[in-house]
Amino acid sequence: MSVQITETIWLNNDEVCSLQHVAAVSGLSEADVMDLVATGVLAPVSGEATSSMFYTECIVVARKARRLRDDFELNADGVALVLNLLRRVDALESELLGLRPKQGNRQY
Amino acid sequence: MKYVDYYKVLGLERNATEADIKKAYRGLAHKYHPDVSKEPDAENKFKEVAEAYATLKDPEKREAYDNLGRHQPGDDFVPPNQWQQNFNESSADFSDVDLSDLLKAFAEAQREGAANYARRPRHGETFEFTMPITLEQIYNGAETEISVAVPDYDSQGLLHRVPKTFRIRVPKGAADGQRLRLAGKGGQGMNGGQPGDLFVTMKVQPHRFYQVDGNDLTIEVPLAPWEAVLGATVEIPTLGGEVALTIPPGTVAGRKMRLSKRGLPGSGNVQGDLYAVITIEVPKSVTEREKALYTDLAAASTGFEPRRQRFAGGQS
Repeated sequence: MSVQITETIWLNNDEVCSLQHVAAVSGLSEADVMDLVATGVLAPVSGEATSSMFYTECIVVARKARRLRDDFELNADGVALVLNLLRRVDALESELLGLRPKQGNRQY
Repeated sequence: MKYVDYYKVLGLERNATEADIKKAYRGLAHKYHPDVSKEPDAENKFKEVAEAYATLKDPEKREAYDNLGRHQPGDDFVPPNQWQQNFNESSADFSDVDLSDLLKAFAEAQREGAANYARRPRHGETFEFTMPITLEQIYNGAETEISVAVPDYDSQGLLHRVPKTFRIRVPKGAADGQRLRLAGKGGQGMNGGQPGDLFVTMKVQPHRFYQVDGNDLTIEVPLAPWEAVLGATVEIPTLGGEVALTIPPGTVAGRKMRLSKRGLPGSGNVQGDLYAVITIEVPKSVTEREKALYTDLAAASTGFEPRRQRFAGGQS
């Protein structure tokens, strides 16, 4: 089997891409992506709703939105609601993890 | 080609109605959808469920599937002649073709006509994979390989799963859950259609020494009772090599000692810390001489009564 050395694109909050790129890679339309911006699920780089540049990590959320829309036959409001609730669940789980007693009780 | 029992996957009888199929899919999708599920192996389970639903919800696909007859899951079978005609080659090799790929192609060919289907540009499929990475790889940065089976079209337009290996650079400071995209490395396109992508999620593997909390690490350091009482210098493993840790006299179990910047690198110049948590171990068996010494020690230690203050005042 041949091994291909390949360039990878990190999906993080350092690198930036266009609205068109988010739409093309996620499988959503540009209008769908802007709907996610309007409902607060996605935030453009500048923080202004009219901006059309995004951090590449937005691709992860946009793809999740597309999957939820297709797999559960959700409309735009349903997708936004689910994504916002999932974000809250993640935040609460992280908080819970932080509150669990850790090993050790003294520090110097 | 391997037979998959889609009715069994959805927990249905073969005479299930469309409503039954939808209900069964929804129940299983809620349980296993990888974006909402915490079930182990949810991604693979949902893939089976989604494939079954995609076939059984579509009357044409379902009829084609039902016409295959009943087989045991995993049984090898050859698709009927009518299916093979869509690929205009009697010599087409179906042995490693995925049933769901073929049903999808069959239904599309039925709708569009075989000639139109054969000419139409088709995009390649996009896949997601999890790539295990170790703490050592995060600490040092590394190159690692990921092997995946992605579908490529053969000359007859049949999709075959072809194993491919990609070498990926894990940058120093990569984080658990970090995602990356390998553009165009997913399923091959056909008739000018774009290839799909591969999305990779990095998953940090459990380590036998360290627990991870963000960029910080925690390691348990067991001491002998006399090391805890008298103090000692002990060597402990860190990701950057062994370091000597000074244990002060009178160290108690649970004491947490911070080794600054011995944790994981993060983005920018951030470097986490390593926390050494002390445990005190006792020997499971002792020699007669050790027993005698412990007895002497017990007799000599008149001032040390660890339960006296703890339990002072009774249970109220």
